[in-house]
Amino acid sequence: MTVHGGIGQAIKRKEDARFVRGKGNYVDDVKLPGMLYLDIVRSPYAHARIRSINIEKAMKVPGVLAVVTGKDLAMANLAWMPTLMSDKQMVLPTDRVMYQAQEVAGVVAESRYAAADGVAAVEVDYDPLPVVVDPKKALEPDAPILRPDRKEQTNRIWHWEVGDREGTDKALKSSDVVVRENLYIPRILVSSIETCGCVASFDAMGKLTLWMTTQAPHAIRTVFAMVTGLPEQKIRIISPDLGGGFGGKVPVYPGYVLAVVAALKTGQPVKWIEDRSENLQADSFARDYHITAEIGATKDGKLTALRVKTIADHGYTDAAANPSKFPAGLFHIITGSYPFQKAHVEVDGVYTNKPPGGIAYRCSFRVTEAAFTIERMVDILAHKLGMDPAEFRMKNFIPSGAFPFKSVLGWTYDSGNYPAALRKAMDLIGYDALRKEQAEKRKQGELMGIGISSFTEIVGAGPSHTFDILGLKMFDSCEVRIHPTGKAIARFGTKSQGQGHETTYAQILAEELGLSSEDISVEEGDTDTAPYGLGTYASRSTPTAGAAAAIAARKIRDKGQKIAAHLLEVGPGDLEWKDHKFQVKGVPDKAKTMQEVAFAAYTNLPPGMEMGLEAVDYYDPPNMTYPFGSYICAVDIDKETGEVHIRRFVAVDDCGTIINPMIVDGQIHGGLTMGLAPALLEEIQYDENGNIQGGSFMDYLLPTAVETPKWETAKTTTPSPHHPLGAKGVGESATVGAPAAIVNAVVDALAHLGVTHIDIPMTPWKVWNILHQKGVA
Amino acid sequence: MAVAEMPAAREEEMGPTANIRVTVNGAPRSATVETRTLLVHFLRENLGLTGTHIGCDTTNCGACAVLLDGKAVKSCTVLAVQADRREVRTVESLETDGKLHPVQEGFIEEHGLQCGFCTPGMMMSAVALLQKNPRPTEEQIRRAISGNLCRCTGYVNIVKAIQYASSKMKAGPSGGRRA
Repeated sequence: MTVHGGIGQAIKRKEDARFVRGKGNYVDDVKLPGMLYLDIVRSPYAHARIRSINIEKAMKVPGVLAVVTGKDLAMANLAWMPTLMSDKQMVLPTDRVMYQAQEVAGVVAESRYAAADGVAAVEVDYDPLPVVVDPKKALEPDAPILRPDRKEQTNRIWHWEVGDREGTDKALKSSDVVVRENLYIPRILVSSIETCGCVASFDAMGKLTLWMTTQAPHAIRTVFAMVTGLPEQKIRIISPDLGGGFGGKVPVYPGYVLAVVAALKTGQPVKWIEDRSENLQADSFARDYHITAEIGATKDGKLTALRVKTIADHGYTDAAANPSKFPAGLFHIITGSYPFQKAHVEVDGVYTNKPPGGIAYRCSFRVTEAAFTIERMVDILAHKLGMDPAEFRMKNFIPSGAFPFKSVLGWTYDSGNYPAALRKAMDLIGYDALRKEQAEKRKQGELMGIGISSFTEIVGAGPSHTFDILGLKMFDSCEVRIHPTGKAIARFGTKSQGQGHETTYAQILAEELGLSSEDISVEEGDTDTAPYGLGTYASRSTPTAGAAAAIAARKIRDKGQKIAAHLLEVGPGDLEWKDHKFQVKGVPDKAKTMQEVAFAAYTNLPPGMEMGLEAVDYYDPPNMTYPFGSYICAVDIDKETGEVHIRRFVAVDDCGTIINPMIVDGQIHGGLTMGLAPALLEEIQYDENGNIQGGSFMDYLLPTAVETPKWETAKTTTPSPHHPLGAKGVGESATVGAPAAIVNAVVDALAHLGVTHIDIPMTPWKVWNILHQKGVA
Repeated sequence: MAVAEMPAAREEEMGPTANIRVTVNGAPRSATVETRTLLVHFLRENLGLTGTHIGCDTTNCGACAVLLDGKAVKSCTVLAVQADRREVRTVESLETDGKLHPVQEGFIEEHGLQCGFCTPGMMMSAVALLQKNPRPTEEQIRRAISGNLCRCTGYVNIVKAIQYASSKMKAGPSGGRRA
């Protein structure tokens, strides 16, 4: 017997009913009586001393009520705030600005327009300072020290390494073939279509309610309590409907803090909504990794060792959002789908005059950087050896019988079947026929390429022994209450940003409780009502909170079994949970449903039993989960324009047990598009003075429906052995896996011209220049 | 922090204003607005129609798309005064008599939305397309929505949602004229 809306069913989403009617409730839709608007004065310089800030004219602008500067904040000890990586970040500067578009002052007014007028009237006198844009130059001995406030007088924030340095050196030296490549993964921005913002409001009792675009409301409440000194029970964070997140709504931006300060000072609610150019110019960036990788193999094509050195540009402060123990995130998943014997990875975090960040762009902590590097390097090596890249991967994959597999850099992969995924992708795209066609086309002088990426992710952070953020263990939670009529409400510590949690969490509970998913409401995002959790990012919702839902439901079943036994006048041990009912073993028609048990929980309990039917679970995962997949991309390149046309893209994903196939496919489609974006279009660049070169959607190009191909998706299913449902998480797989497939395809199309690598984004101009140099265009 | 005791007299010193009359979702609305007021702010803040969203400030993203005299426009790049004596339709008008518009139905059925933020603008562009071209090809659909950015879906299911609406409207009792 299947339950309506249980696990594995492609049911339609509950949340769509409000979204298609324009009845979502996003932060900018919150309107309170007497609400004021905050707008922000930003620095035109990347590095400058502030001589003076004159607010006199601004205060005379009609509608302007207040102006906040760094000096005001310093008096309340709020000019600086801690970052998640134990560095510190300015809310507003008191003497120096560190990047272009940095917040310099806040203007509070009766309307958006008046606030903007006020911003234009604030006069700031700057004294420009030398700018450090290139992180490699930042490490040179004569570079200006950007953070004189630190004890260590260097622009190197930290050095982090893992693996066997000497063993790797030796293994590379004795390898028959070694290739080395410099890969730059540019600075990009997640650019969710909804920008960031908040509404801050204090009630008469001094309680702050903060409607906020945040993926992690509970952790943010704790951080706010620690930074401001407000008692934690007097802070209520509400994360309403979010218009996308992708990692960009994890950090605490200065605007949030300013809105709270402004609300406190004016005694009125204050709204702050950043505009797109502010979002692109000042919010946390992703990537910006300068990587040098070396990879070795025997002459018959067996991988031997991997060495990776990276310079990580963090901007002026380390405001990355990584688990505390991992300044470079989980970059050491970089051995990927292969059983290397030796590997060594080192990363240097560096300060520059750029906005801070180092957050995800729809990926678990630095996992895209890792997957991109290994999948590029394996491809380069296969070409060097003259082997087909599919055959080369097949020869080197971790064998499917080797799981759980301990990687040389210390991770224990839970499960996998890499050859099956690649084989399926090859069959679906017709790999052999495509190779034949490519050979034909090449004879005719046409440029066609085929690229593969067989990636392994690490998501679902994470086990408390290893994973914390500012000491907060990275568990997550679910609380379920079943009402007398057998309907239920469930609340979670995570926060959907479009993933469809209201639907999928209800499906998990429906399956585990034997109720219809329609009878289960799901709520998240309100810290006054939801149980504590670390939030939604790094594909962790299903691995952590999804597991908590299953365990909480099973706790309810434990109690329910006793109630059912009481109703059936048998011992609890005589019952089994079968076909979504409590059945007397071997007597299927003698059974009680969860609905009957729920009613009894409030009306007819066994003597001595506590009333009610509810449970909560705080789930501490025993391990990370390791989704994987194989992607194959076929491209045609226009010789006249350098334009890359993705002809076909087949994505075979394995995320373990699938809760809702429709939603999983949607996640893959979106992830693939955010993989295509940095491969072909997106990059935030700076000139030598630290001026941003792509501060609006005029220059920072998101893929439209025209550039985006018709993605083809398929699945293999290898459940996680340690997750109660076997699920692994899926939101980010495709963003992690896709870029290497696209670059590998483009390089493959140009390999006969001697091209071994092209840095992303592979814009028409960049590709055309290569073709021109090679005498093809 | 400098806090004014009283804001400077706003009404008198406000920039130039104008009286406008706009038919919004079939109902006549009138207001006095600053002449610089954007149509999207007029809809969201004066009229409380928050289904129309703001996603950029350079007319790129299309989250604010509405119909102005039947044509899809980006309401962040139209002044409210330009809508004077004209007709505006927003997402809130799509459902009629408790029945969803085929485009709304298509977005649900084909999983054409995730976070929902770009969805109203996307649907208004789709409605405008289907009015002009009830049976668009996939290529035509992709071109028609290329001024609407979506970060979540990868567009595949949005295209399907519009195709769904197209067939539904053709099969519908009014012979595909409803849009």
